Amino acid sequence: MRNVDVLVVGGGPGGLAAAARLAAAGAGSVEVLEREQQAGGVPRYCAHGGFGTWSRSLTGPAYARLLTDAAVAAGAVVRTGVSALDWAGPLTLTTTGPGGPETITARAVVLATGAHERSRAARLVPGTRPAGVLTTGELQQSVHLYGQHIGSRAVIVGAQDVSYTAARTVRAAGADVVAMVTELPYPQTSPARAHDARLRGRVPLLTDTTVTELLGHGRLSGVRVRHRDGRTITLLCDTVIFTGDFVPDHELARRGGVDLDPGTRGPAVDGALRTSRPGVFAVGSVLHPVESAAMAVREGAHAAGRVMEWLTEGAWAWSAGVPVTAEPPLRWIAPGRVTPTDRLPYVLRTTTPLTRPVLEVAQDGRVLYRHRLRTAVPNRTVRLPAGWTGRVDPRGGAVRVRVTRR
Amino acid sequence: MNSPRATVTTHGPLPDRPYDVAVVGAGVVGCAIARALAHRPKLRVALVEAQDDVGQGTSKANTAILHTGFDAVPGSLEARLVREGSRQLAAYAAESGIPVEEVGALLVAWDEEQLAALPRLAQKAERNAYRETRLLDPAELYEREPHLGPGALGALHVPGESVICPWTTTLAYATQAVRGGVDLHLNSPVQDASHDGSTHRLRTRRGTLRARHLVNAAGLHADTLDRRLGHHDFTVTPRRGQLIVYDRFARALVRHILLPVPTALGKGVLVAPTVHGNVLLGPTAEDLGDKRATNSTADGLATLREKGRRILPELVEEEITAVYAGLRAATEHDDYRITAHPAQAYITVGGIRSTGLTASLAIADHVTGLLAENGLDLGPVRQPPPVRMPDLGESAPRPCEQPQLVAADPEYGTLVCHCERVSRGEIRDALASTIPPRTLDGLRRRTRARAGRCQGYHCGAAVRALFEEARG
Repeated sequence: MRNVDVLVVGGGPGGLAAAARLAAAGAGSVEVLEREQQAGGVPRYCAHGGFGTWSRSLTGPAYARLLTDAAVAAGAVVRTGVSALDWAGPLTLTTTGPGGPETITARAVVLATGAHERSRAARLVPGTRPAGVLTTGELQQSVHLYGQHIGSRAVIVGAQDVSYTAARTVRAAGADVVAMVTELPYPQTSPARAHDARLRGRVPLLTDTTVTELLGHGRLSGVRVRHRDGRTITLLCDTVIFTGDFVPDHELARRGGVDLDPGTRGPAVDGALRTSRPGVFAVGSVLHPVESAAMAVREGAHAAGRVMEWLTEGAWAWSAGVPVTAEPPLRWIAPGRVTPTDRLPYVLRTTTPLTRPVLEVAQDGRVLYRHRLRTAVPNRTVRLPAGWTGRVDPRGGAVRVRVTRR
Repeated sequence: MNSPRATVTTHGPLPDRPYDVAVVGAGVVGCAIARALAHRPKLRVALVEAQDDVGQGTSKANTAILHTGFDAVPGSLEARLVREGSRQLAAYAAESGIPVEEVGALLVAWDEEQLAALPRLAQKAERNAYRETRLLDPAELYEREPHLGPGALGALHVPGESVICPWTTTLAYATQAVRGGVDLHLNSPVQDASHDGSTHRLRTRRGTLRARHLVNAAGLHADTLDRRLGHHDFTVTPRRGQLIVYDRFARALVRHILLPVPTALGKGVLVAPTVHGNVLLGPTAEDLGDKRATNSTADGLATLREKGRRILPELVEEEITAVYAGLRAATEHDDYRITAHPAQAYITVGGIRSTGLTASLAIADHVTGLLAENGLDLGPVRQPPPVRMPDLGESAPRPCEQPQLVAADPEYGTLVCHCERVSRGEIRDALASTIPPRTLDGLRRRTRARAGRCQGYHCGAAVRALFEEARG
């Protein structure tokens, strides 16, 4: 048994940012457990730019290194190749790695375990089980970390930001994108990106279209797709990439009996990123599958401040919060709990496109806040500022967020 | 580890010299027969398989249950072989590291007709010499299975039913057979077969293989091979079973194998824990004409989920880890079709249904006896060295959790597949094993790498890199 002050599980952007801030703020011994051989999380295998700041855009791998170096420079210990397996006490985790199993007790634990895309099976896509069926995460690692061959003709399932990234990765690997397929009637990315892919990249986008079957024995030979109007065609391809549809990697949270948010399926947290388990915080994509690395970093930094308060004051204000629920057509909101002192902005998702929607925040019939948006599209981030939290009655009912007409 | 005699071929011409026995089909039954023959050092034995791995047909996609045989047709060959095989396999599994969990089964009655059938099933079990069954009232049933859906009227408890790892079983047999001197020839589909009075000639894509005695354990294709030798005893109609594997978090929802009560209206689906820590829902039962139709269908999966929701409502809220479909080698007969043809020195092992996994060791002994009756001099018996398979079971500690193991070799502490906690050491061992995997799916069945909830999102590329490095 070993003791540390703060144990951060997951060395992606959220975990590294939290560790860097905590170490710099004098939290004592801060240790990051990263199960992969390199820290940095998803940016490790995102070869494209756009990470970091506007003024200093970095590629994913460079950003991953920058975050890791910053955490180490601040005094955090970043241990790679070490996996957290389970809980052995309120703030005690069992781990394993090349050094063997170990038990570590901390004064605070930060869960930054990330998310993954639903697999073909989890999406219940029927058909055979040939080779050549990937998610974006596997594709990007294959191409950018290992330089593996991925086939010659790929169909991309999805038309959101990550889908366009997958299309770019397929082309970088020397393969053709046969088509992108989305069940929705429109792409879910910026118009510029959608146009660029269609016109310059000559990638056909099949909207209102569902993948109904995977074909082929041994290697994928094609995918059958069906348009909403009933037309069915087979797209000949040897590779299919299932993109988006992220689910939180909540295994450790769930094993620890942490309350889960019914909308995101990640750990339920309040604006201090506290979970229901005293001393356990959560940051990054495990909370809201998924947002940008930059947002995970902001949350990591924010959580660091709240962890410091916990370490010095030892008060766990979880019960001072009430749930925040998103009502249809909104899909989820994170954080999913609120206390009156919360200042962290909220992120939401919608199931249907909304034009000039007004988000209304209300508690027990009392409107706390109205916020007009320009637009809201499924699979894209919708933001809600946190200026209204001071009006929340901590003894009242759930805070409801809904879309109103005006 | 590997015996110098271990021979596994995947390409190139097949050996010229005639074998004493050729076993066609390296499914669980063919591998068990080959293993039994490896006890006879005098014999030269070939195990001939169409695909690139053992257990690639029906054997890899079954419901993974080690049956007691309580519901077999009393007096049938199947009843006897399942009863004997069940005991043999339980002992063999313990010796070989094949994961087995004796969770017991509950046949749950959801209507009056099913409830009325339970005492008859208990009597049938008695006639099959299985005396441990007990009727449960709803209170006892719900105490045993608190997450069961509402409306169950009672159940028959069959405590001896177990779950087992079907892949490890087949691989253990094949490994022991190969180490015991059996030649395993993969990628060798038999295209034609003939017998000239003294020798069988099996024409394959890799040339002709000759043998004095032939055992047909070709599963779905057993009828085709049988016809080539002039027999029209049975026809295999593939019966497709689609199955859904639920996430590990579903495992806490169910303690027993929840079996349907067979009635005139047909069989329902089962919900069963797996030794790997998941929960299985299925199978469908669709009679098909196509022996390659191992595809799942939207209708099949929707039906399973609907039935699963009735049995265990919380199950369908959990994430799905995998979906697969297998083809059972159903025939028009109620029993196994194991037939000796002494004039041809030929034995057909046909119509082996889902109980074949349980019965496999007894089938192998039975077939060995028939070979002797067909005139084969088996020679002296030599016990082959025991095999110890990697234990993929949830109830055993993973190598990464064993301090001595990791201290001796840190590669066992270096996890590659995080969902299933598979280390680089285990992957390395599988790639260097007696019968190494030829595909990533083969590696998955041996180690569980990529078999978890992320299905390779996190580890797929890393596992592939290790595989390709080892395979050259």
